[in-house]
Amino acid sequence: MTLYTLLRHFADSYGLAAICALYLTLCLWHFRPGARRFVADAKHSIFKDENDDQ
Amino acid sequence: METVVKRLGVWACVLMASIAAIALTPDSGFAIHMGIVGLVAVILVVATATSYDPMARVQGIFRMPPGPSRYDDDPIRWGVIATMFWGIAGLLAGVFIAAQMAFPELNIEPYLNFGRLRPLHTSAVIFAFGGNALLATSFYVVQRTCRTTLALPGLARFVFWGYQLFIVLAATGYLLGISQGKEYAEPEWYVDLWLTIVWVAYLAVFVATILNRREPHIYVANWFYLAFILTVAMLHLVNNLAMPVSLLGAKSYSAFAGVQDALTQWWYGHNAVGFFLTAGFLAMMYYFVPKQAGRPVYSYRLSIIHFWSLIFLYIWAGPHHLHYTALPDWAQTLGMVFSVMLWMPSWGGMINGLMTLNGAWDKVRTDPIIRMMVLALAFYGMSTFEGPMLSIKAVNSLSHYTDWTIGHVHSGALGWNGMITFACVYYLTPRLWNRERLYSLRMINWHFWLATLGIVFYAASMWVAGITQGLMWREYGADGYLVNSFVDTVAALHPMYVLRMGGGLMYLTGALIMAFNIAMTIAGKLRVEAPMGETAHDEAADRPLPPLTAEPAE
Repeated sequence: MTLYTLLRHFADSYGLAAICALYLTLCLWHFRPGARRFVADAKHSIFKDENDDQ
Repeated sequence: METVVKRLGVWACVLMASIAAIALTPDSGFAIHMGIVGLVAVILVVATATSYDPMARVQGIFRMPPGPSRYDDDPIRWGVIATMFWGIAGLLAGVFIAAQMAFPELNIEPYLNFGRLRPLHTSAVIFAFGGNALLATSFYVVQRTCRTTLALPGLARFVFWGYQLFIVLAATGYLLGISQGKEYAEPEWYVDLWLTIVWVAYLAVFVATILNRREPHIYVANWFYLAFILTVAMLHLVNNLAMPVSLLGAKSYSAFAGVQDALTQWWYGHNAVGFFLTAGFLAMMYYFVPKQAGRPVYSYRLSIIHFWSLIFLYIWAGPHHLHYTALPDWAQTLGMVFSVMLWMPSWGGMINGLMTLNGAWDKVRTDPIIRMMVLALAFYGMSTFEGPMLSIKAVNSLSHYTDWTIGHVHSGALGWNGMITFACVYYLTPRLWNRERLYSLRMINWHFWLATLGIVFYAASMWVAGITQGLMWREYGADGYLVNSFVDTVAALHPMYVLRMGGGLMYLTGALIMAFNIAMTIAGKLRVEAPMGETAHDEAADRPLPPLTAEPAE
């Protein structure tokens, strides 16, 4: 088996699964239970300081 | 004193090295570039050796508020001025090359022919105008959202001025005929090395500022900026792997050959669009649209999904630039599939930006900056719909190599990148120069409509031109031969090229109005004008309707 075939098989199986799992974890992380408060804080954080402009 | 002597020594060494390079090189373009480097060294020697502080004087000319402020805004003010300057230069080059397409007599050989001015235009608008806008806004946003001043302030100034040197070397190089022939990566090896140094410094300033933050969460705009800086670093390094013929000459050869080189180039080229022109400008959108609207982003969670989807999908879309070439079929299909998938996060982001105005839609009528942002988002949506459509192989067989592609690029660049940048510059200028407001809001309105009409003329004429071209190229007669020669298609497109030039001219006129408005704002003037969106009070109409009286039945 050549190195290319080996890498290609890996990329089409475990590699693909790992990347998909990573993607889903990163996207869903902010939907975890208890995250609502942090998300709301972050969302409004740019308005916390009234003197931002100067 | 000791540091002054050390610095003088360093600049003198740079000067000596550049003089040596000029003396030894057989390459006249390279000699001119080394002359520019030597000139910079001379300026630095003079500035270091004398007590004369040129920066303080120039800052006086541009009315920059002196003294320390809460945030380190000096590089941002320079960035705003540079954005405006390079924007006008790049748009002017664009209108001129559009005129060359319609009237070929305008090709002034050799320095101002289409082949040399075209990369000058693309680099000036993408890297000089867009790049300076990204530098300025990223430094502005990262300080505000992290509630800290720029870490490494000296390095931040080096990033700004070093980047301008890169632009000057790249632009003069194109006119002198120095190019490695890779689209959007034309500068030769020594300019690439310089940009690498500047870019690593940029990354250092940005990351160090984030690390110094006094806010637990890193706001999503910074994620987009960081993705832009990191990815562009990676793309730039890989695509520019090349071996110079001589250390005293401009020419180099790519490390890759054939289809590998083409794929590397379009992996770079498409992600330059994805991370320079999309991720970076989305960062602007996620900060400045909520700030201008006075409302938080519609959904913070959607913005995070938008972010990760762009990161995971964009990087695979490049092969759609190489449909029906020597690239393996599976790679072409992969590029197409990922391009089509990109449609979803792009529209998610557009909806997120537009819905931020939910409940404040009246601002579109009264606030021309918001109106510009809404138009930018609308064009983001349109071009991210058109892009996946063009990447489908059946569509691409008609559209590829035609002006449809040019129209698509400009609806994205003029509509999305241009408009969001203009809106951000309008937002930033009064704040950075401590002005009560902009010189004129009504002039923004003129700018808005000129730019919008200009884009419509540009995109519509290029659609017609592209489809005409594509259909004429593929037309076979009954005898099995092609019906049209290439020059037939060129003649057929002439009216469209004139229309396109007109659209570009309108867009440039809008930008000139903006430059005047910004200059007057910096000068501290206020135009006396009627406020926007005021509806006059009509006493006669302001009363309840008369009560309904029952009509007698017939």
